[in-house]
Amino acid sequence: MNISLNITETIQEWLIGFMPEGVASILGMSIVALIYLAIFAVAGLYLVLLERKVAAWFQLRIGPNRVGYWGLFQTMADALKLVSKELTGTVKADKFLYNLAPYFVIISSLMALAVFPFTKEFQAFDINIGIFFLIAISSVGVIGILLAGWSSNNKFALIGAMRSGVQTISYELSIGLSLLTMVLLTGSLQLSEIVETQKEGWLILQGHVPAVIAFMIYMIAGTAETNRAPFDMVEAESELGAGFHTEYSGMKFAYFFLAEFINMFIIAAIATTVFFGAWLSPFGITESIPWLGVFWFLGKTLMLVFLMMWFRWTFPRLRVDQLLTLEWKYLLPINLVNIVIMAIIVWLNLTIKF
Amino acid sequence: METTLVKSNFKSEEYFINMGPQHPATHGVLRLLLTIDGEIIKKVEPDLGYIHRSIEKMCERDSYQQIVHLTDRMDYLSSHINNEAVCLTVENALQLELPDRVKVIRTILSELTRIASHCLWWGVMGMDVGALTTYFYGFRDREMINDIFEETCGARLTMNYNIPGGLMFDIHPNFVQRTKDFIAHFKTKLPEYDTLLTGNVIFQKRTKGVGVLSKEDAISFGASGPVGRGSGYSCDVRKHHPYSAYDRVTFNEALKTEGDTFARYQVRIQEMWEAMSIIEQLIDNIPEGEHKVATNAVIKLPKGEYYQKVETARGELGVYIISTGTKNPYRLKFRSPGFSNLSLLNHIAVGGKIGDLVASMATLDLVIPDIDR
Repeated sequence: MNISLNITETIQEWLIGFMPEGVASILGMSIVALIYLAIFAVAGLYLVLLERKVAAWFQLRIGPNRVGYWGLFQTMADALKLVSKELTGTVKADKFLYNLAPYFVIISSLMALAVFPFTKEFQAFDINIGIFFLIAISSVGVIGILLAGWSSNNKFALIGAMRSGVQTISYELSIGLSLLTMVLLTGSLQLSEIVETQKEGWLILQGHVPAVIAFMIYMIAGTAETNRAPFDMVEAESELGAGFHTEYSGMKFAYFFLAEFINMFIIAAIATTVFFGAWLSPFGITESIPWLGVFWFLGKTLMLVFLMMWFRWTFPRLRVDQLLTLEWKYLLPINLVNIVIMAIIVWLNLTIKF
Repeated sequence: METTLVKSNFKSEEYFINMGPQHPATHGVLRLLLTIDGEIIKKVEPDLGYIHRSIEKMCERDSYQQIVHLTDRMDYLSSHINNEAVCLTVENALQLELPDRVKVIRTILSELTRIASHCLWWGVMGMDVGALTTYFYGFRDREMINDIFEETCGARLTMNYNIPGGLMFDIHPNFVQRTKDFIAHFKTKLPEYDTLLTGNVIFQKRTKGVGVLSKEDAISFGASGPVGRGSGYSCDVRKHHPYSAYDRVTFNEALKTEGDTFARYQVRIQEMWEAMSIIEQLIDNIPEGEHKVATNAVIKLPKGEYYQKVETARGELGVYIISTGTKNPYRLKFRSPGFSNLSLLNHIAVGGKIGDLVASMATLDLVIPDIDR
């Protein structure tokens, strides 16, 4: 099996055969972007189905089982319905911002996908500031949510958007700091290098105690960042109806909905890459077959996605002030101490390597 | 958690928001006019009447047998107990002596109704604080009770099983066994409720110290049922003015003194255990005998005023009849628990967050048709 999995380069090299280099590289990138878009739009739909199935299992139900075998086409049918629906809006809404908002959310989600190493060399863009890029991009989405709430001319949407702003800005600190803790261990922001260092053991094992703490903080903050229960203050349905996307319909609503699930995938994928060795198989059992890395990467990610779904279907929701108390009074101080502990461990070379 | 006021140069403005009549937290068509400052609630003003059907006026038109059917549509989750309230008033006025069998069966069904109602409340309570799974657990157990009702009364929700003078027909042969099966099942499932919700840290943080109602306020607002008992106000009609077969069973009145949302929650959970114990005491020895006593086809109450109160799943339901000796009441007034309990919402919600309002409203366990009638 000796196929090059670095898709961007492969496509570009092939295109250079017929056209000038500049055009080829732009066209190559566009093709890769389209491939990613297609894959993850479908993946997002199936995450919705998975969530509905998981919810059903938790709730003594069967879940969708009418459209296709095991309900496999249910979300496809839902998407078709959403595409065909009329786009409604409020009368005095700020039309420009109102229409712009969903694109901020969905684009920021899709952009983050570019840097994940799904398997060895199967990565759209391997930039040397990978982690930094992820943190930066994931905070763009909140602008879309704020715009949506602000421009909808609906007070419930506005409250939801303000809650989202305060929540995302707070929890980004924790996400950033817990990832920085792990960067201390690897000494690199580049995702492919982070994976390379994990050949001596997954980082959660290498960094032992502080890494486990960082992982727990990361998962809590990540759940909050994606605005999912128990941190779904933004669309707390018993309080705000649907929150910031109350006034959206059809495909614009679908963008928000899809972005939520892609974000969940992203949060889990970052955790997989940084803590659980990305595409590396346990004990290197399938090291000779590179493309099996995709299986390991997706497997680990889906386990973490399942964990987040588990949170959602068992926990009640926090109140907005408790949410901020949790971040600023507990997670942030713990995180800062944790970074120092990790620094000491790295300095004294107390990491566990296999 | 106390609210700290931050003095700053920012100018904050109160604004007005309509919660309802179509809103997930109001469980029906209740409209709350909220005045809020950011997230903090300054004023709550309930606006009623969206489901007003003039039930009291309709009662003046109808015969006493027909009135029973109207009461189903008030607090639809305690329909059996509502029926019982009217029947008891009429029976007291006619000075009918009911067979023991009727009394015992009415009590068992009342307690089953109470469990069913609390199951639904528990599911919705969880949903209001954001735990969606509770809803299905509550409904799983409620369905079993509804099946028992269906077999015996022919209806699952609006039961119409009581008539003035007894019961419409005798219990189904399977009734005793199915009720016993349910009790055995529910004894294993009720601890699950605690595992899923009661013990959860987030849930306790959301409910403890939220929506505090003192005993004095509970009395002055006319709170009854679990809302009053959560504040330490001993107001159980079953205990203080026993009717039907409540004088022959032993049970504890669930009382908590904290007066917060969590106390009201615990009272209801405790009441489910007590209801099971009441049913267990009665189910094995339902006396033999007639299931009704004969009444005239047209019931005419003697001239006078009659009042009877019962304990529904939400609190004290009073039926006040003024009769002029004709076949219809001259005036009939229901004292519904939901109305009094709703009146204290502003008192307990002001100063809290929007999330607190939803949590405290969930433990008031409002049924809107009961408030509007």
